[in-house]
Amino acid sequence: MQRLTHLERLEAESIHIMREVVTETQNPVMLYSVGKDSAVMLHLAKKAFYPSPPPFPLMHVDTTWKFQDMYRLRNKAADDAGMELLIHQNPEALERGINPFDHGALHTDMWKTEGLKQALTKHGFDAAFGGARRDEEKSRAKERIFSFRTASHGWDPKNQRPELWNLYNARKAKGESIRVFPLSNWTELDIWQYIMAENIEIVPLYMAKQRPTVERDGMLLMVDDDRFPLEPGEEPQMRSIRFRTLGCYPLTGAVESTASTLPEVVQEMLLTTTSERQGRAIDRDAGDASMEKKKQEGYF
Amino acid sequence: MSDKQINDPVYKTDALIAEDIDAYLDMHQNKGMLRFITCGSVDDGKSTLIGRLLYDSKMIFEDQLAALEADSKRVGTQGQEIDFALLVDGLAAEREQGITIDVAYRFFSTEKRKFIVADTPGHEQYTRNMVTGASTADLAVILIDGRKGILPQTKRHSYLAHLIGIRHIVLAVNKMDLVGYDRDIFDNIVRDYREFASEIGITDFTAIPISGFKGDNITVAPSDNTPWYEGPSLIDHLETVEIANVAAQARSFRMPVQWVNRPNLDFRGFSGLISDGEIAPGQQVRVVPSGKTSTVKSIVTMNGDLDRAVTGQSVTIRLEDEVDCSRGDVLAAADDPPESADQFESTLVWMSDEKLIPGRGYWLKLASQTVTATIAEPKYEVDVNTLDHLAAKTLDLNSIGVAEVTTDRPIVFEPYSDSRQLGSFILVDKITNATVAAGMIHFSLRRAQNVHWQPTSITRENHSAMKNQKPAVLWFTGLSGSGKSTIANLVEMRLARMNRHTFLLDGDNVRHGLNKDLGFTEADRIENIRRVGEVAKLMTDAGLIVITAFISPFRAEREMVRNMLPEGEFIEVHIDTPLSVAEERDVKGLYKKARRGDLKNFTGIDSPYEEPEKPEIRIDTTAMTPEEAADFIIGKLIP
Repeated sequence: MQRLTHLERLEAESIHIMREVVTETQNPVMLYSVGKDSAVMLHLAKKAFYPSPPPFPLMHVDTTWKFQDMYRLRNKAADDAGMELLIHQNPEALERGINPFDHGALHTDMWKTEGLKQALTKHGFDAAFGGARRDEEKSRAKERIFSFRTASHGWDPKNQRPELWNLYNARKAKGESIRVFPLSNWTELDIWQYIMAENIEIVPLYMAKQRPTVERDGMLLMVDDDRFPLEPGEEPQMRSIRFRTLGCYPLTGAVESTASTLPEVVQEMLLTTTSERQGRAIDRDAGDASMEKKKQEGYF
Repeated sequence: MSDKQINDPVYKTDALIAEDIDAYLDMHQNKGMLRFITCGSVDDGKSTLIGRLLYDSKMIFEDQLAALEADSKRVGTQGQEIDFALLVDGLAAEREQGITIDVAYRFFSTEKRKFIVADTPGHEQYTRNMVTGASTADLAVILIDGRKGILPQTKRHSYLAHLIGIRHIVLAVNKMDLVGYDRDIFDNIVRDYREFASEIGITDFTAIPISGFKGDNITVAPSDNTPWYEGPSLIDHLETVEIANVAAQARSFRMPVQWVNRPNLDFRGFSGLISDGEIAPGQQVRVVPSGKTSTVKSIVTMNGDLDRAVTGQSVTIRLEDEVDCSRGDVLAAADDPPESADQFESTLVWMSDEKLIPGRGYWLKLASQTVTATIAEPKYEVDVNTLDHLAAKTLDLNSIGVAEVTTDRPIVFEPYSDSRQLGSFILVDKITNATVAAGMIHFSLRRAQNVHWQPTSITRENHSAMKNQKPAVLWFTGLSGSGKSTIANLVEMRLARMNRHTFLLDGDNVRHGLNKDLGFTEADRIENIRRVGEVAKLMTDAGLIVITAFISPFRAEREMVRNMLPEGEFIEVHIDTPLSVAEERDVKGLYKKARRGDLKNFTGIDSPYEEPEKPEIRIDTTAMTPEEAADFIIGKLIP
C-alpha cells in the first residue's frame, strides 16, 4: 500500500484541474505574475501536459514597475516551457504615465485591474488560470476553484456554483469567463516545500542579499532603478534584505534578513509572526473587506 | 487580550525549526493529508474550535491576531474575549449578519498530516453547502453542545455525512467546561447518539469530550478536567485515523481519460487521475465502453517513467496498441471493467432555486463524461429531519430524493458505494449553465442492456441515398396562431412538387393519437416534444424530410431534439409573430378562452414562450406573406 504525501495529492489535484480546463474551455490562458506561486503553477502546467508543451499561452499583465529580476526570469521561464508569452501594458496608463509614486491607489486600479480586463477582452480568453491560494486572505477562503466572472469581469460572491467532488462545471454563456485557481488548496509552506522538492527556479529576490534600500512610512523599499524619486537628502543604504511577496517594487516592502538559502527562508517564514500579505499596501486601503471589494470590481 | 484563555501553540516544534531546519523539512516533506468537514450550528462553537485549531498550529499570525482582537471588541459576540468566529467568517455581508453562509476551506498542519477543513453551516436551508463540503471530505466532525445534547440538526448532519459516503465520524461533544466536565452528561449523549446512528447505518464513530474555548482534549488527552476520558485527543485521532484512499486503492484499476496527449506522430498517451486501484507497465487494460484491450507500455511523467502508479495520482499512460480511446472513456483493469448503462437509480440533492422538471434534458457530468440526461418523477423525497420517505412530484432547493435517471447514450459508471469518482455526477441546466444537482448512483436499471440496439443492414445512409435527398427536420416553433401550420403546409406542398419525400407532423394532429394521453402541464408538454422528437428522428433515419409544427415553447426541449439528431439535420424555424398580432387573429378562439381563464397554461398568456436565440431561420410574419415565407424557407433548405 503506497500512501501519497500531501504534496503528491496537491500536485495531482492541480494537474487534474488544468487538464479539465484545457478540454472544457475554448481559449484558456495562464496569468503569470513571476512570483513564487506563478512559478509553481507554471511548473505544474509543464507536468500536466508533458511531453507536450502546455496548450495555452502565458500572459503577464505588466505595470512597467516590477523588479528587474522579475522581468529577467519571466522571459527565461516562458522560453524554457516552450510557451508563447503575451505581455499587456494598459495603453492608457502608459500614456498618462501612471506610477505608484504620484498616483497611489489609481496605479493598481489602472495597471492591474483595468489592464487585466483589457487583456482578457482583447484576446477573447474564456478561462484564465491564476495562482491565488485560499490561505492568503479571508474572502479567498470561500472562493471556488472555478470562479465565474460576468461579461464585465465582476464577481458575485453570493452566486457561486457549488463545487462537488472533482467535478467542475465549466459551462458558461457567451461573454462570460472563468478564473481558475489550481493552487486553491496549497498553503505558503506547501509552495516552499514543493519549490525545494522539484527544484523550481524562482526570482532571487526571495533570498537575502545586500541591496540598496530606503525606509518610507515604516516600509523598507528597494531602489531597483533610477526612476525611484529620492527625497532631498535621502541616500539609498545597503541592507541585507529579501522579499516575502513580489509586486511593483515601489509598493513592495522588504524584510531585513540573512536567509540566503531556501531552507533558511522557510525557517524564517515558520518562525515569523506576521502574515505574508502584510508587506503589501493593497489589502489595507479600504478597511477589512478591501480584497473582496477589489474582486467584485474585477481584480484577480 | 486575554492570553490566559489560549494555550501556547503546540503542534509546531519551534525548537526543531530553529535548530535543525533540514531535519524539520525532511519530516514535513512526507506528511499525509486528511480532508474533513465540521458540522454544527453557530451556537455549537464550531468557529471557535476551528479558530483554535488554526491558532494552535500557528496558522494565525500576529498581525491577524491584532486585527482579530480589534474586531472582537467592535462586532464580536464574546464580550471582551477573543471571538474566533470572526477569524473564519470571510465575506463582508456574513460578518455583518454574524453567520457563515457558504463553504469555506481552512488549512493547518501538524507534524504528521496536512489538514484541509471544509467549514460548513448548520442551518437547515443550507443542505447544499454541507453536501458540497462533504463531497471531498474523508472524515466528519459533528459538533454537539454538551448542554443541549442531540438536536434535530445533529441527526441531519449525520444523515448527510453518511449519505455522501463519509465513513469516519467524530462526535465532538463541545462546551464540556459549561457542564462541569460531567462524565454522565457525556456518556448519555454518546449513548443517545449510538442509538440514532445505528438507525441510519453509521456503525462506527469516535466520541471525544472537548472544550474548544478552553482547549480540553484538543491536543492532549485526557485533559486535567477529564481524567475519566480514555480515548485519543481530537488531534491525535485526526492524525492517525486510516483514511478512505485505502479502500479505493484495493479496488481494480480505473482511470477516466481526461485528455489525449499527442505532441507528435510517435507519441500518444492518455492522461487522467487514477480513481481506483493501481497500475504498472505490462498490465492488461480495457478501454470502456468500447471493450478493446491493450497492454500498458509506460507511465509517463516529467520526472521520469513510473514503475507503478496508484489511486489519486495524475498520470499519462501509453499503450502497446493503437486503440481508439478519447476523453470520456475509462481505462480499466482488463479482467474487471466497470459497467456501462443508460438508466440508473440515483439519489439526487437539489441545489438550485429552480426546481427539478421531470423529463427536461440536463447536462450530466460524471468523471470526464458529459451527456444529456432526463430525470423521472422522484420515487420519493427524504425528510432530512425525520428521515421519512415522502411522495414527491419534483425536488426543490435543498431537497433530497431518489429518482430514475436516463441518459441519451450509455455511460461508464460504478455504484457510489463502490467508487466515489465513478458513482457521482452533477446536473447542469442547459440554459443557465448553473449546477442544479448532485447525484449518487445506486445501480443501473439494466433495461438498456436487455434491449440491445438492433443492428440493421439497411442504414440511414442507404435510405437517404435511395431517396436522393438529405434528411432533415424543419422544426417550426412560435405562438399559437402565429402561422406555423399554414406555412409548414405550404413548404411541404412545394417540396412534394420538387419530388422530395416529406412528412408533416402537426401539433394538433399528434395530440389526437400518439400523445392523446398528455395534457398541457409543463411536464406533459416536455413529454409531448420528446415523443415528437423521437418520431422525427426515426423518420430521418428512413431518409425523410420531416416538418413539424408545434408551439414548443421551451428552449431546453428544442435543444433536446437538436441533440437527438446528427449535426446539421435540425433546422429551427422561428415563426415570429408578436403576441398582440397572434391574439388578434385568434383563428381557433383559444386566446379568448385563455383570457377568460377557461384554458390554463396557455402559451403567451399564463405560460411563457422562450424565443429561440439563434434559429437557423427566422420568419417575421408581419413583413412576409405565408407564400413568401415558404419560398424563403425552401431557398434556405435547398439552395
